[in-house]
Amino acid sequence: MISFRVDGRSVVPPYLQIVQQVRQALRMGVLDVGDKLPTVREVVAATAVNPNTVLKAYRELERDGLVEPRAGHGTFVVGRPSGPPPGTHSRLARSLAQWVRGARAAGLDDESIESLLRITLRAAAEEETA
Amino acid sequence: MMASSNPAVIKTCGLSKRYRKVTALREATITVPEGRISALIGPNGAGKTTLLRLLAGLAAPSSGEVAVLGSRPGQDPAFLAGIGFLAQEIPLYRRFTAEDHIRAGARLNPRWDEASVRHRLTSLGVPPDQKVGTLSGGQRAQLALALTLAKRPRLLLLDEPVAALDPLARRQFLAHLAEAVAAGGLTVVLSSHLVADLERTCDHLILLAASEVQLCGDIDTLLAEHQVLVGPRKDTTAIERDHTLVQAVRTARQTTLLIRRNGPVIDPAFETADVGLEELVIGYMGQHTGLAPVPAHPTAIGEDQ
Repeated sequence: MISFRVDGRSVVPPYLQIVQQVRQALRMGVLDVGDKLPTVREVVAATAVNPNTVLKAYRELERDGLVEPRAGHGTFVVGRPSGPPPGTHSRLARSLAQWVRGARAAGLDDESIESLLRITLRAAAEEETA
Repeated sequence: MMASSNPAVIKTCGLSKRYRKVTALREATITVPEGRISALIGPNGAGKTTLLRLLAGLAAPSSGEVAVLGSRPGQDPAFLAGIGFLAQEIPLYRRFTAEDHIRAGARLNPRWDEASVRHRLTSLGVPPDQKVGTLSGGQRAQLALALTLAKRPRLLLLDEPVAALDPLARRQFLAHLAEAVAAGGLTVVLSSHLVADLERTCDHLILLAASEVQLCGDIDTLLAEHQVLVGPRKDTTAIERDHTLVQAVRTARQTTLLIRRNGPVIDPAFETADVGLEELVIGYMGQHTGLAPVPAHPTAIGEDQ
């Protein structure tokens, strides 16, 4: 069983913090197929987050095929997050490092780079939903 | 629990309350669906207590409609059995023990859940045989909440329940509350001006300022409908025509707008940002209090206050 931390000051909304912590626990092997997630009641008693927030997180994990509610028993892990094929991370990291060198050479500091990345991620997300 | 098709536990239309010459609440129209934890937020004197008292049947409206749990609030036992109301001044007898309060509650309430209140007090470490006056503020608040929940109300109205508590006691109180809602069949409205606490626990907002409802709805939806635009100082007539301007801050160089969106914002000169609950609340309150930067533009709404 895992416990969740919900940081009220984070820019990541509370339901997404729970989703990310489950995914992270699955990647790290802290959680595995067949394990039970804490009940909504247990999560809210520990964190004071709204029950609907926890439900929303669990529904999102269910949509991703990672967990499954079983009536009367709770929510169980049924899958692992599908990662990209091996080597993908390092390949992307290399090209990103090259891009960062280019950005620095062009005079951007870390803050401008982070800001640019955020804007680009947001624009990409809007393109996907459009 | 989340579905918007949930029946409304609270529904008011044009609800007003006047005391002699003072209007404490003007034309309030709100809906709170079942299972929500609603944050009633507003500056002091905005009408929060008045609204709660009208919903609890402790005051009669001057005009307008109000339905709570499907009936008009009043003092009949059938209505009161469904309502839990915790006033700002925690209504406990300081010279009685928790045990005395539990026994009194059992005599006064037909659906009294004695097991739950005892279990709760044990898990919180509230001593049952100690005079209430000697308990800490947090313990008193928890006792009052446990006693109110033991009534098994369908609607719980809380007036500033956490204002006087330290951060740990606040967190424990809100966790207790959220857990009761998770168990099902309970809707909560709690007033406060501590936005940061409520952001975690509440999923619905009623924002009052200057005796009027400024916003009412699910927090996720309200936040998605609003946006901050930051750009150069320029004419914003087009933006104000397409969207609802909540607050504008203009300096010699820069314009910062809080808007309620009416579709996407298409103006490359402005960078857009999401709005947090605190920012949203302060934006609307700022129209009325003068504490926030005063909009230096005649078309900023709310200047008629």
